[in-house]
Amino acid sequence: MLSSGLIALLKQPKRKTSASLAIGGIFCSLLLACTSLFRVLSLWGFGSPTREVYSFNWIDLGATHLQLGWMLDPLAAIMLVMVTFVGLLIFIYSTGYMAHDENFTRFFCFLSLFAGGMLGVLIANSLLLLFMCWEIVGLTSYLLIGFWYHKPSAAAAAKKAFLTTRVGDIFFLLGIVWLYAQTGTLLFYNNGAGAMEPAALATLLSQPAAWGLTAATAIGLLIFAGAAGKSGQLPLHVWLPDAMEGPTPVSALIHAATMVAAGVYLVARVYPLMSAGDSVGGSTVSLTVVAWVGALTAVFGALVAVAQNDIKRILAYSTVSQLGYMMVGLAVGGVAVGMFHLITHAFFKALLFLGAGSVIHGCHEEQDIRRMGGLRKPMRATFVTYAMGMLALSGFPLFFSGFWSKDAIIGAAHNWPVSKGPFVLLIVGALLTAFYMMRQVSYVFFGHWRGPSHTHVHESPMAMTLPLSILALFAIALGALGTPAWPWFTSFIESRPVTPESEPGMIALMVGSSLLVLFGLGIGWWLYGRRPIEKPAHAPEHHHVSEHGDEPIDEHNELKDILETVSPTVWRVLAHRLYWDELYAATVLKWYAALAWLADWLDRRVWGGIVAAVSSGFNGLGLANKSVDAQWIDGAFDKGCEELVTGGGVLAWLQTGRAPGYLRLLGIGVLALAILALAVGAATGQVRL
Amino acid sequence: MTPLAAFLIVAALVFAIGLAIALTRRNAILVLIGIELMLNAANLNLIAFWRFGTHPEALTGMMFAIFSIAVAAAEAAVGLGLAIAYHRHKKTTDLDAMTRMKG
Repeated sequence: MLSSGLIALLKQPKRKTSASLAIGGIFCSLLLACTSLFRVLSLWGFGSPTREVYSFNWIDLGATHLQLGWMLDPLAAIMLVMVTFVGLLIFIYSTGYMAHDENFTRFFCFLSLFAGGMLGVLIANSLLLLFMCWEIVGLTSYLLIGFWYHKPSAAAAAKKAFLTTRVGDIFFLLGIVWLYAQTGTLLFYNNGAGAMEPAALATLLSQPAAWGLTAATAIGLLIFAGAAGKSGQLPLHVWLPDAMEGPTPVSALIHAATMVAAGVYLVARVYPLMSAGDSVGGSTVSLTVVAWVGALTAVFGALVAVAQNDIKRILAYSTVSQLGYMMVGLAVGGVAVGMFHLITHAFFKALLFLGAGSVIHGCHEEQDIRRMGGLRKPMRATFVTYAMGMLALSGFPLFFSGFWSKDAIIGAAHNWPVSKGPFVLLIVGALLTAFYMMRQVSYVFFGHWRGPSHTHVHESPMAMTLPLSILALFAIALGALGTPAWPWFTSFIESRPVTPESEPGMIALMVGSSLLVLFGLGIGWWLYGRRPIEKPAHAPEHHHVSEHGDEPIDEHNELKDILETVSPTVWRVLAHRLYWDELYAATVLKWYAALAWLADWLDRRVWGGIVAAVSSGFNGLGLANKSVDAQWIDGAFDKGCEELVTGGGVLAWLQTGRAPGYLRLLGIGVLALAILALAVGAATGQVRL
Repeated sequence: MTPLAAFLIVAALVFAIGLAIALTRRNAILVLIGIELMLNAANLNLIAFWRFGTHPEALTGMMFAIFSIAVAAAEAAVGLGLAIAYHRHKKTTDLDAMTRMKG
């Protein structure tokens, strides 16, 4: 019912050429998503897991066949509504943001294609189908990051994003192939025959892989590597901040709200696989890995975000950090905890990005927060909504959704039996989050205008502020879905009836984290907001910035951060993102360059030589063949043809065309036959002459 | 009763005369007449061998002769038709002038 409609939508985006069509399409899919949500809601409460599956055969290969399928369960339904709703708002926002761009149509075409791919990821009931849609999403991400392709940095960022996620995807594909080899199916759920159901899991667990891991663990880790590439987890995070070269709505939609969440969603989808098997001190190997990677990512992102000056880069590292939180939430608290943070994060991070886009738009493409300031008054709507997003992201107590979702993760990490490490890391991360968001807001909205004096700052048009307001509303309201007093979300995902949770120590934990957040906000305010940040006296007035989001161009004329004056070394390390890019440049890229050179050399010298030798050998053979042909075979044919011509001449002489001549020959023939008969008869004695 | 040999001699003579006509005459119609003579010599032989054979009451030779005469009539009709059609085009029935069969 629902899936057929969505398939049609999947194909539509290519034909859509205008914004209205795109918005109409996403609106239709929002309606469809809502109907699907209501359908799931109405099915909820029968006690069994709510799940609707529709599978079909795609390729038949003899006895085996590849099955694809769509599925609908609470997880997918709620994600569908989230993606389409946020998508719709961002589409509307884009009409305002991209109004001056000449490639308006192309932009919406990509955006719609992305939305289609993303919905495909959400409702796929087959790892293969999920992978295909996943790649569509990756492709559109590439196209949209490099949307302003005339900017070299944007093109490079697009390439970087594509290649880095490709590294993860290779592992993902390996995992898929392995899974297929072991279980013979790629469907998640198929009435007991799917890969995520007990029978297949038992098979996987009984298969040992290397180093004492079961096949289930190994496949789980491989798939997690794919998810890590897409979601910007620690070793593969480098592309996400660079992806901010794309238009801001793209950053909001793809690199904050939906696509990066696809990795988290994938882990949630294969959660049965991850959590199956023997537990090591309360958690499986795969989930432990996920938790640690997530926690490290969370702290790393938060640390680096402190020292960035580009408004979008701060948000990008914040996204990296929050994705880490989601991964930890999945690993330590189960699907619902991680997904709840995913949903709330999607709303407030989209809000923050759109707010940042509005600021950038209002400041005439200025992205450096050091050259902003005092925007509180000219951009009132943006300021209010942005502040709400900021508070939600920092996890301001009680009223904002971020508080509830993040607190659920921290609480789950606290109760995690394996190690307290992720818990400590998350606490540090939360503190830092509050701090850097406060720093950013102070820079941007408080104090005095520090940009070029002739720039006129203006508020953004209605098409941009309206989505902001709606998103702000949701950033606050969504928290109500997951409070411990009424854990609707958790029960919905796990298809259980709603029961209030009450754990001892939860209140204390909440109070503790609230204090922590307030502390972080306080430090930020004390350092940055207390007195207005003035621009350096000797800075040139008309300092035009050509490179968006690049490194500080001229260190001496720039405003120094307070932290930078306190400890310059730490600042520099953080500002350079802990030198990850440099590390990659020094190791992986060098290796690739060396490998490429070696391959080139092999190609030219060794393989080229072999090919040349083979071809000259064949040339020699060809020459020999040719001479034999000319001398023998052609000669024979020529001789035969000559003989035929001679014989034809004789016969042509016989055919005179005159009937009496033929008749005479006939008579001679008859005579000859008669003589022959007589002679034979006389010889055998039958005729007496 | 006339002996078999007399019939055979007459038939051989008629055949020889027909062959001579067919080979020597240049007029197409005369050649056709020669061919008819040779056919009738063969018919005479068939009848003679039937009458002096082991089963004269079986009528087999008669049947052969009648078929042969029918075939000869058809052949004569076709041949005469050809000759007349050719005469209309070329105003001649001279066989030596009919060289168009050469391809």
